[in-house]
Amino acid sequence: MSTQQAICMVEAINLALHHAMRNDDDVVLLGEDVGTNGGVFRATIGLKESFGMKRVMDTPLAENMIAGLSIGMAAQGLKPIAEIQFLGFIFPAMEHIICHAARLRNRTRGRLSCPLVIRAPYGGGIHAPEHHSESTEAIFAQIPGLRVVIPSSPQRAYGLLLSAIQNPDPVIFLEPKRIYRSQNQIVEDNGQALPLDTCFTLREGADISLISWGAMIKETLEAADHLADEGIQCEVIDVASMNPLDRETILASVGKTGRCVIIQEAPLSCSVGSEIASLLASEALMDLRAPVARVAGYDTVMPYFRLEDQYMPLTIQIIDAAKRTMEFA
Amino acid sequence: MSISFEGQIPFYQYMDEQSEVVNTLPEWALIDETLVRYYQQMVIARQFDNKAIALQRTGQLGTYASSAGCEAIDVVTASLMKKEDVLVPYYRNHAMQMVRGMKLSEVLLYWGGDERGNSSPAQGEDFPNCVPIATQCLHACGVASAIKIRDQQRATVSMLGDGATSKGDFMEALNVAGVWQLPVVFIINNNQWAISVPRALQSIAPTLAQKALGAGIRGEQVDGNDVIALHQSVEQALIRAREGKGPTLIEAVSYRLSDHTTADDATRYRHPDALKTGWDKEPIKRLRDYLHAQGWWNESNETQWLQHTTTLIQEAVDQYLETSPQPASAMFDYLYAELPLQLKKQREIAIARSDKGVS
Repeated sequence: MSTQQAICMVEAINLALHHAMRNDDDVVLLGEDVGTNGGVFRATIGLKESFGMKRVMDTPLAENMIAGLSIGMAAQGLKPIAEIQFLGFIFPAMEHIICHAARLRNRTRGRLSCPLVIRAPYGGGIHAPEHHSESTEAIFAQIPGLRVVIPSSPQRAYGLLLSAIQNPDPVIFLEPKRIYRSQNQIVEDNGQALPLDTCFTLREGADISLISWGAMIKETLEAADHLADEGIQCEVIDVASMNPLDRETILASVGKTGRCVIIQEAPLSCSVGSEIASLLASEALMDLRAPVARVAGYDTVMPYFRLEDQYMPLTIQIIDAAKRTMEFA
Repeated sequence: MSISFEGQIPFYQYMDEQSEVVNTLPEWALIDETLVRYYQQMVIARQFDNKAIALQRTGQLGTYASSAGCEAIDVVTASLMKKEDVLVPYYRNHAMQMVRGMKLSEVLLYWGGDERGNSSPAQGEDFPNCVPIATQCLHACGVASAIKIRDQQRATVSMLGDGATSKGDFMEALNVAGVWQLPVVFIINNNQWAISVPRALQSIAPTLAQKALGAGIRGEQVDGNDVIALHQSVEQALIRAREGKGPTLIEAVSYRLSDHTTADDATRYRHPDALKTGWDKEPIKRLRDYLHAQGWWNESNETQWLQHTTTLIQEAVDQYLETSPQPASAMFDYLYAELPLQLKKQREIAIARSDKGVS
């Protein structure tokens, strides 16, 4: 089966969910408004109609409960896909994610496992209410036993979500909602999963590595286009997996270019970008021809939407950072 | 004005503190078999508890949560569960784990700081001990959801203490168990203490069982030192769960006869008279007196059973103490189904450090 029409990321996610539920009776879906309403972003539209309320469950409104339930289901061998409506509301569920989901396999020495996916839209740029726009992926990336995956295109959303569902360990699947509907691609509904712990090299170039993930890939690719016009060839890497981090691809790229800009929407400090910069400092110092530059959000509370545009990193900042990096001999 | 809702919480007791029968006995309690078995298992649990505390005091076990006072709740409930039912314990259910087939050496291994104490083959699909309070209630609902989704005839049992009823997890679990009519039985071991905080400071509600009414599910209170009352209540709740007739909350009223754990000193906050009252009600003596009165147990039986128990426990202790720690690589080996590359490197470092004898 294939879709002839180009589809956006949220449609690709819906396509992957349909595929997974059609091919594996153990896959179940739960969350707030995921059933009859099809999810507030329509990511789960049509699933209840296709697979019934037993497998597509509108839960009572309690994120902590959604996470706890999912762990019990997963321990029984189901493959629950839980939706947290916005990442900003996941914090009541953190105890279950950290203390149980991430360590059930380890605590029981493999007797039980926790094959669950928690999907959550995240990030800024859509002028949403308070608590709807944060980028807190680093909080999850530090938890041993979890995987943290972020797609940046419809095709990668489809392939990565399928592999997240198939993965026998808990996966936090963060969906950059700013690009939910901004890009259309042909997505073959072929069940083809993408590898979960590798970066994707979206553009090859010899001069400088631009490393990013999620929605900022859009601005990063725009910057790369602009820089190419000025004769600077950028290698663009989509990290995609925050944990585990594909250090080899990053080191190989910077080993080749000797220059690097890390671009993220999240606050600068103690972030995934910090980890990548630290990796380069300890493993690639001799390859570096310029300091590692970073374009990131401020270490502030994500502003309410009147100031949102002042917070979000811009294409021009990436271009400027890349040019400054290129100025080092 | 009209009344929108009125609720009642029944209290079940068959054998009072003086071991007097105060209710019409069910047929199974008219013969010795089950009651003697309950008694024997409770004695093992109590003796095990004493030994575990002694091991901790002599530096041979980690911090240990005593089960003294909840033997009746644990032994009866675990005995009534079927193998295919799922136990989702908290951290004071050693007696349940024992009745469900876990070796006492494995229970000791857990409290000796070794994750293998959560991975006994006898545990099957049971959850491991749960340290974060009340979180297990939701795991039990998840297990029960899976059972319901798959149309299976199994029950889930979630154990918790009175302190856990103050947590949102507990209320959320009751709520979803009600909405989805899940095959789950929640059993509160209301031992009157959450470390130093007494039951009266957890909730002003006269019973903890009535919290079920807010979730629209069945709630009942039972004398947690009375094996007959427990048996009646738990058995019916398990049957209802397996038959798809929904969840039950059982508040089993007991008394914590120990410190919270070996790291606690209850003399700081608990009056000796209160403890004495607890001992007056305790489940083992109560049943022993009854068995004696019926002529189903005598001093000779007692001596023989204590000897048997001592041997059993000493064997478990020996086996536990002889168990070598896991290799350092075990930190990595169960983290993911497949170890990511970056962790493989850390694993090698850990093995090298361990091989050098550095720790």
